[in-house]
Amino acid sequence: MEKPFAITLNPGSSLANHTGSWRTVRPEYVSRLPPCNAACPAGENIQGWLFHAESGDYEQAWRALTENNPLPAIMGRVCYHPCENGCNRQYVDASVGINSVERFLGDEAIKRGWKFATQAPISGKRVLVVGSGPAGLSAAYHLTRLGHQAVIYEAAELAGGMMRFGIPKYRLPREVLDAEIQRLVDFGVELHLQTKVTNILDTLKKGFDAVFLGVGAHIAKRAYIPAGDANKVLDAVSVLHNMEDASAPMLGRKVVVYGGGNTAIDVARTAKRLGAEEAIIVYRRTRDKMPAHDFEVEEALQEGISIKWLSTIKEAGESDIMIEKMALDENGFPQPTGEFERIEADSVVLALGQDTDLSLLDNVPGLIVDKGLIQVDKGMMTGHPGVFAGGDMANNERTVTVAVGHGKKAARAIDAWLRGETYAPPPKHEIATFERMNPWYYSDAPKTMRPVLDIIRRQSTFDEVLGGLDESNAQFEARRCMSCGNCFECDNCYGVCPDNAVIKLGPGKGFKFNYDYCKGCGMCVAECPCGAIRTVPEEN
Amino acid sequence: MSFQPVKFYQTGTFTVGNRLLPPEERSVQASGKRFNSINSGHRACQGCGEALGARYAIDAAMEATDSQLIAANATGCLEVFSTPYPETSWQIPWIHSLFGNAAAVATGIAAAMKVKRAKGKVGDVRVVAQGGDGGTTDIGFGCLSGMFERNDDVLYICYDNGGYMNTGVQRSSATPAAARTATTPAVGHDPGNVFGQGKFLPAIAMAHDIPYVATATVADLRDLEAKVRRAMEFRGARYIHILVPCPLGWGTPSHDTIKMARLAKETGIFPVFEAEHGEVKSVLAIRRPLPVEEYLRPQKRFAHLFGKSPAVATIARIQALADKNIRKYRLQARQESH
Ligand SMILES: Cc1cc2nc3c(=O)[nH]c(=O)nc-3n(C[C@H](O)[C@H](O)[C@H](O)COP(=O)(O)OP(=O)(O)OC[C@H]3O[C@@H](n4cnc5c(N)ncnc54)[C@H](O)[C@@H]3O)c2cc1C
Ligand SMILES: Cc1ncc(C[n+]2csc(CCOP(=O)(O)OP(=O)(O)O)c2C)c(N)n1
Ligand code: SF4
Ligand code: SF4
Ligand SMILES: [Mg+2]
Repeated sequence: MEKPFAITLNPGSSLANHTGSWRTVRPEYVSRLPPCNAACPAGENIQGWLFHAESGDYEQAWRALTENNPLPAIMGRVCYHPCENGCNRQYVDASVGINSVERFLGDEAIKRGWKFATQAPISGKRVLVVGSGPAGLSAAYHLTRLGHQAVIYEAAELAGGMMRFGIPKYRLPREVLDAEIQRLVDFGVELHLQTKVTNILDTLKKGFDAVFLGVGAHIAKRAYIPAGDANKVLDAVSVLHNMEDASAPMLGRKVVVYGGGNTAIDVARTAKRLGAEEAIIVYRRTRDKMPAHDFEVEEALQEGISIKWLSTIKEAGESDIMIEKMALDENGFPQPTGEFERIEADSVVLALGQDTDLSLLDNVPGLIVDKGLIQVDKGMMTGHPGVFAGGDMANNERTVTVAVGHGKKAARAIDAWLRGETYAPPPKHEIATFERMNPWYYSDAPKTMRPVLDIIRRQSTFDEVLGGLDESNAQFEARRCMSCGNCFECDNCYGVCPDNAVIKLGPGKGFKFNYDYCKGCGMCVAECPCGAIRTVPEEN
Repeated sequence: MSFQPVKFYQTGTFTVGNRLLPPEERSVQASGKRFNSINSGHRACQGCGEALGARYAIDAAMEATDSQLIAANATGCLEVFSTPYPETSWQIPWIHSLFGNAAAVATGIAAAMKVKRAKGKVGDVRVVAQGGDGGTTDIGFGCLSGMFERNDDVLYICYDNGGYMNTGVQRSSATPAAARTATTPAVGHDPGNVFGQGKFLPAIAMAHDIPYVATATVADLRDLEAKVRRAMEFRGARYIHILVPCPLGWGTPSHDTIKMARLAKETGIFPVFEAEHGEVKSVLAIRRPLPVEEYLRPQKRFAHLFGKSPAVATIARIQALADKNIRKYRLQARQESH
């Protein structure tokens, strides 16, 4: 080439200079486990489904959600959302309203008639599921997804377990419950109502390859209270159960509820709605010791329910009861004080917890029962091979969400067991803690609150108390998610690299590093909002 | 205001890109087809703010001019690390002449392009000049002021890293007070650089009443791109002053370059604003107010302020300078609304 005056070399490109050789540490893309996902007992991939909701693709969001949990409309109402307690956004302003977006998606699915799609080839195996509570429904759903025929035997005349015969309508409207159960039936789950299993080994012989037990805990615990003949002493489980039959229970004008759990609160709120002038909860410890959730206590107080703390019922008379005051000892246990008080009461409802009826398991060899709970291994299998169990009968943390998680876990273990294998869950990623994030990049956005029914209607009707979010609010809420630990394609790494060493692969494909030029400065790591890049030392 | 921040959409316009924004609202840097005006393989230090700022600015200028752009570059890191003869990282027409004459060279090119265009030989070719703070506020100042005063059709971009970094971190008139450099060591009674009168070139540029003056940092990409785009809408002399932290000269970890620029803006140390015809038109308000200490403490060039007995009085003087900026440019944090 003819060169101008004083020029001896052709111009070259700096691409010849591989600055990657300067590097002592290298950036690497990672997926970390968002704290919300880690906290969800049903193992939902929350960050994953919020991602789709953020762009308005609600169907895809619902499909991603239901990979783990088939009951989002129910969940979005009754779950105590431990995910939100884990959410990193609480350190910025307030947790993402995960539960309200979940409800929005669940309701949207019902409105639009979205159905589950079949996944695996049919295996030809039949698995018995005893009980149609959340544990049973979840197990049946996941077994169906895995290609097995799930057959539910349910003793009651309607499906849903405690979701129908425990949780009151004002928190879970029955149309919602019915719709999500019907979708499971449409998906291929066989549901036999009024079919009580009395001897599991006999029933198993009717052509089943394995069984999942989800019979719940329905026998009310009693406390001995000397009672005059006329006084009505009832138990919470049957009161709430009767709410679903034609016969609404007769509780009278003054109702005393004994206990401090969510069930106690639900009975008291139900009594109020049935017309009781007074509904009083008697609990032997203090508010902070109460197992009921704070927001439920709060809602009950708003509705005019009163609570007597540090009190036990000594006896129940004809139209009143005797209460003894308690005092906490140095270990925080309530001790009697010898101080008494009488309060008027037409009925007393005991809400002191439930035990499981395990009679269907008599003479099954190998089972271990400890403190009324059936013992299971990591894959939810009992001591008897092929018999799996979960939900309220297998644990003390009794929630719908835990039951759904058990059902899923059991289904995966049953699937492996049917193939003669043991289920090994994939290893968990490390948690995407807040310290690994760069919160600067998230816009300020306060949490959206769900509308609450006005107080008059809450005291007299069984209308749903908590409303849902509309589309734009739900999307706003979804977009508050910070996508902890998982790339959400914000292009920051691609933008901030002074060496153009990040290659953009296109929507949905993320990025990769060009290690020929990456000098290992770590800017992409520091400026990744969600902590999806880490640095690792370069091996020499 | 030339830059309309998007308030919500998860990360809004804080991040480089955002899949939730319509494509036309995304940044130049987010595009998979951006120019990469300065290519990989350059010899800038790890985490160099100047290399990054130059790509941000020139890519935006390329976009705004439909790639009809020529750059004149002063001597300094940007020139040295990008173009060791015969290699270059520049993927645009680019010329280097001397340390102090970039503005004059650019003026010449602009004049030549005007003539060529009149003769129908070229289209509308635009010109940028760029240099470091030394090349701009010290040795190139005469040429630059002339370019302003004649209102030559050039966009001058100064990459301010607060010193003569290329030759080993000597003091420039843009070096902040109290900073340690090779020529202002941290010894004696008042260690580090003197508290002079200050020489804030954006204000001097504004005093020339030129069509457009702006400041920016590498921590606010969307703002920076909008300012380059806006500058290109004007004819005549324009000036953009970009704060580009230098890990070597400031004594900061290479991964903290953007963080340092962000801290400079959030503490009020470096006011981010734009002015047209000598009048301030908009400012980038502080988002999360912080004391200057947050900015000073991570930098080794200020380490002597934080020894066993912290230099409280000196830090207070620096805080007073920041407070004055906040007052003067009205940088107070405002509520983000949706
Ligand atoms: C009043 C009340 C309110 C509650 N509120 C909430 C709440 O807001 N949020 C929350 O997460 N949790 C709540 N819970 C707890 C939650 O309802 C339970 O943890 C959950 O339903 C347990 O699910 P499961 O599938 O294990 O059992 P269950 O829901 O109890 O279902 C068991 C099913 O098995 C059937 N069955 C039993 N024995 C047999 C048999 N031998 N043959 C055939 N079928 C049989 C039963 O009829 C029943 O349908 C509440 C509980 C109560 C009582
Ligand atoms: C007339 C002249 N004097 C001195 C130098 C040596 N020199 C080269 S680059 C440089 C410093 C540049 O500082 P600045 O303009 O701030 O750019 P930086 O390297 O900091 O980006 C100096 C002093 C020179 N090239 N020409
Ligand atoms: S911000 Fe999103 S990903 Fe992070 S914990 Fe909250 S919901 Fe989960
Ligand atoms: S910003 Fe670029 S050079 Fe620095 S570590 Fe990341 S990829 Fe490597
Ligand atoms: Mg400099």
